[in-house]
Amino acid sequence: MESNLIIKDKQKNKLEKAFEILKTMASKPSGLIGLTIVLFHVVLALTSPYIAPYDYKAISPNTMLLAPSAEHWFGTDSLGRDVFTRTILGGRTALTVTFFGSLIALLWGGLLGIFCGLVGGKIDDVVMRVVDAFLSIPWILAMLLIVSLLGTSTEVLIPALGFFYGKGIVRVARAATHDVIAKDFIVSARARGHSNMSIIWNEIIPNVRDAILVEGAMRWSWMLLGFSSLSFLGFGVSPPTPDWGLMISNARGLMSFAYWSVIAPIVGLSSLIIGINLTADAFAKALGIDRSTKAPV
Amino acid sequence: MLLLILKRIGLGLITLFIVSLITFVGVEVLPGDACTTYLEREAYGAALDACIKRLGLDVPAYERYLDWASNVVRGDFGYSLSGEMPINEVLGPRVKNSLVLASVSILIGIPLAIVLGIITALWRDKLPDIMISTITIFSMTIPEFISATLLILIVAIWLGWLPGIVIIPSDATFYELLSNIILPVVAISMIMTAHMARMVRSSVIQVMASDYVQMAILKGVPYWKMVFRHVLPNALLPAINVVALTIAWLLGGVVVTEVVFNYPGLGRLVIESISNRDLPVVQALAIILASIYVGINLIADLMTLMLNPRLKSLQIRK
Repeated sequence: MESNLIIKDKQKNKLEKAFEILKTMASKPSGLIGLTIVLFHVVLALTSPYIAPYDYKAISPNTMLLAPSAEHWFGTDSLGRDVFTRTILGGRTALTVTFFGSLIALLWGGLLGIFCGLVGGKIDDVVMRVVDAFLSIPWILAMLLIVSLLGTSTEVLIPALGFFYGKGIVRVARAATHDVIAKDFIVSARARGHSNMSIIWNEIIPNVRDAILVEGAMRWSWMLLGFSSLSFLGFGVSPPTPDWGLMISNARGLMSFAYWSVIAPIVGLSSLIIGINLTADAFAKALGIDRSTKAPV
Repeated sequence: MLLLILKRIGLGLITLFIVSLITFVGVEVLPGDACTTYLEREAYGAALDACIKRLGLDVPAYERYLDWASNVVRGDFGYSLSGEMPINEVLGPRVKNSLVLASVSILIGIPLAIVLGIITALWRDKLPDIMISTITIFSMTIPEFISATLLILIVAIWLGWLPGIVIIPSDATFYELLSNIILPVVAISMIMTAHMARMVRSSVIQVMASDYVQMAILKGVPYWKMVFRHVLPNALLPAINVVALTIAWLLGGVVVTEVVFNYPGLGRLVIESISNRDLPVVQALAIILASIYVGINLIADLMTLMLNPRLKSLQIRK
């Protein structure tokens, strides 16, 4: 009877499981708010090119620094461009770059961490020392160096961010692997003569997946923060691409009389980062993982 | 015990050695060397030759690394390209300025974080916790440049209480600095406090649920005596390490904050040297910032060891 239940549970549709996790996440107000914000931003990023009222790069001397009005909902910037248009378009690059960056970080960080946790010994020692060394170089210095030498195109930013934000995942994946590795089912898989690859794929990954996914969700918001900091410092996307970090840095000098051109991108970026954070927290709680005692590494 | 301390110091030094290798190899592998990136379009003929000669780029890479590393160990970072002056002279005042900013922020941030963390933990899920926790989530998730920009907009421009931009030379005196750093300090300690308060909170909650606290309650120990004698020492100990990691992680954010406020510290030097493509300075900064990170973590590890008798007999923690 019991084994029947387990088999049924295994057969349960993966989609159904994902839906259940979503339901648990949305059952708390903070999770619901987070999910709503993220969903809103994703939908906005997908539809904004079609609903934008103006051309984001149309410069016009007649409409410089206009205050918010019925025609220009969020006013215009110092080059006469519509702030509303640029704000709703401003998350597209950031979302795309950081989403794929997080995927890369998850993949290489997770696999290397699992591998290190499984093999242990000298290889593990050496890899962890190198990871520690990378962790001790401030992310901003490393990113700036890479970007200034290789350029700021998306093809550079995605792998660079993915690489730099993956090193912390190595540690998490390794620790999670250490937790499962002493369990009986691994020992019995070894006794059955399974190879390391098969043990990683069939036994370890299903058990450490949750911890790594939660870490990846958190890293997404940090990567977004890093990416927009780079744009803010002038090392991210290049103008005239609409981007929140870049918009804030351009409008900052004039904010004493044109505060609208800096407030709009601030609201856009802050809401997205807070949304992702709340979602990641709710996700962690829904999976039963407590990350509140962890340092942001 | 002594062996353990020596081991930790050794590990820290190995980490720094790898950092020096990474930065050196990184600069080597990435396209363009110090001279071509610095001279940009004028990188040909006599100017390029002179620069290569001056930096000694004509000798093999490993010899240059050994040369550079042995000088760094003696505290000499070589010459900067743009200012053509010793890097040590460039760094000196910047290190001092950043130290002032960081220590004031830490002095305000840590006690505030402990107090807030305890309040939120003891009144868990009650009004004070909900209010403080909401604020901390906001201030720790919003990027540094946004909170700094908002601070300038609200405090300096709309209210007109404080100057928004720091306009002091990098060799300003200590008192000149103090009157100028209020807003940068608020910006940095806001984020730091939020991170640490959250950790203190969950640490206190964990300890409050432990058996010995239950025991103390059943024994009839007065509430506040229990909090200060039994809960806090046990709750704050594990927080030390996490706090150290957080401070070190925030180094990156300090760079951004210094740029927003135009504060002449190490962070602005990072941006300046990268904009000027001054690779020797970038390498020096990488080593210095990594040393700070390793140093803070080492101090935290040692403090935990000293304060926690249980760890003394344990094996070295990975």
